[in-house]
Amino acid sequence: MKLLRRAARLIPGFYLLLTLAFIYLPVLVVIAFSFNQQPKGLMWTGFTTQWYPQLFANRQIMESFMNSLVVALWSCLIAAVVGSVGAVGLCRGKLRGNALLEGAATLPIMVPEIVLGLALMTTFSLVGIPRGMLTLVLSHSAFCIPYILLIVRARLAGLDPAYEEAARDLGAGPLRAFWDVTVPLIAPAILSGVLLAFAMSLDDVVISYYVSGAESPTFPVYVYSKLKTDVPPTINAMATVTLGVTFLAVALSRLINFRGEKKEEQNGPVPANL
Amino acid sequence: MKKRALAALAPLYLTTVTLVLLPMLYVLVLSLLTRDERFGVTGIWTLDNYRQLFSPTNMAIFLKSLKVALLTTLFTLAAGYPFAYAMAARPKQQRNLLLLLVIVPFWTSALMRTYGWMVLLRSNGLLNSLLQWTGLTDAPIKFLFNDGAVLFGMVYTFLPFMILPVYNALEKQDLSLREAARDLGAGPWRTFLTVTLPLTLPGVVSGFTMVFVPSIGMFFISDLMGGGTDMLLGNLINHYLHGGRDWPMGAALSMLLVAMTGLTMGLWRRVSGGTELGVL
Repeated sequence: MKLLRRAARLIPGFYLLLTLAFIYLPVLVVIAFSFNQQPKGLMWTGFTTQWYPQLFANRQIMESFMNSLVVALWSCLIAAVVGSVGAVGLCRGKLRGNALLEGAATLPIMVPEIVLGLALMTTFSLVGIPRGMLTLVLSHSAFCIPYILLIVRARLAGLDPAYEEAARDLGAGPLRAFWDVTVPLIAPAILSGVLLAFAMSLDDVVISYYVSGAESPTFPVYVYSKLKTDVPPTINAMATVTLGVTFLAVALSRLINFRGEKKEEQNGPVPANL
Repeated sequence: MKKRALAALAPLYLTTVTLVLLPMLYVLVLSLLTRDERFGVTGIWTLDNYRQLFSPTNMAIFLKSLKVALLTTLFTLAAGYPFAYAMAARPKQQRNLLLLLVIVPFWTSALMRTYGWMVLLRSNGLLNSLLQWTGLTDAPIKFLFNDGAVLFGMVYTFLPFMILPVYNALEKQDLSLREAARDLGAGPWRTFLTVTLPLTLPGVVSGFTMVFVPSIGMFFISDLMGGGTDMLLGNLINHYLHGGRDWPMGAALSMLLVAMTGLTMGLWRRVSGGTELGVL
């Protein structure tokens, strides 16, 4: 009986490990098989790194990868500025329509992706912007802004306004006080938001699928098209690279945000969950 | 002060209006227009697209999507709640590590992770090789390209969406409440059912929203793991946009999706009082 009870106590921990294994299993399989000699058959035939140089030698793949990077960098830059300045605006003046604006601005991560993809694609066609890098950057900005807006806004809400007031009392102008006091305080939140938005942009399949031109597929769109037709031998290496980059960006984003939270804990209330 | 706040909001207003509101409005307009024979739309207003929504084929697909989305939500709840519960019972250091371990794949390439399952599950895949090698089966089992595979892929992808909000609700819970129930003579199950569970209901509702909303519009999982034979609402919209080039019909279906989303979000706000979704 005692033994049974002790065994029962192990169940939750066992369940946690089992579920985590379930979550990580496909990721680990992809990584392992990117080093397998035989590309298509799924038996392990030996260790090789040959797929990686082959991946980097493939012009189509590298071009799509560069497209993804360029789109992610531009849209993150736009989103960082619009999102964090917007978050400051939302927190400062309690203007009428703010709640509405915030709701509308976060719509892109609330409505199903396919709806935003359709909306943007048809609108670009109506206005006459041909599908390509520009439409990609604009569309990715649309869904990158909410991430940064929400994260920075939560950090601002937990920030004591006394910091900026003190700077003002000491003679700093409003811009100076903002730039020297508030910006350094929200910088980790901005960085965390940017990294998350970066990962989201690099990963996006659905929206990019609709707004990219035939000439400028992003990396996930290229992979998606390949998954449906002929799977190239470098696919596992491709997937590993993507997983690695986004994994790194997200983990960094979390760590930065987490450390910001910890600092905040000593000073005042912590914004829930962010 | 007001002027400055307005200046700070100006860029956000600009992007929100041009990249979100106007495009969404255009979808509404499109859904009321007639499709052009060759390409795009004509300026003739109609309600036909909405009437077509109720055609038997479309209704069947709509009901099927609803069923898959609901089942996905139920399975993620069944698997995710115990996980969140076990996680919340761990010491703080471990909890933070576990949180990181759940959140990171949540934000990491769903497409690549779906592909990982395809590698594992296809007929010459890892699992089948293992089964045949150990002699458990003689011929490969067809795991992929059926309804079960789609549901499996969806549950896998959306599981963290359920774990995180439920965990947030559990973590905030005052443990002395449970102790009080125990002291007053309630057994562990009674305590769970009358104290723990009701108090985490807002988290469960947030999880429901987080899983249900994206799963009714999902299309690449059903496309890849269902092999394209498994049509869901997302696939149907995609079909009208790419294959059929019938934008108005795609737009009408999207409006249906938006309505479903709005309904779910409204319900969520009602029940959970608009608490954070807790996923960022």
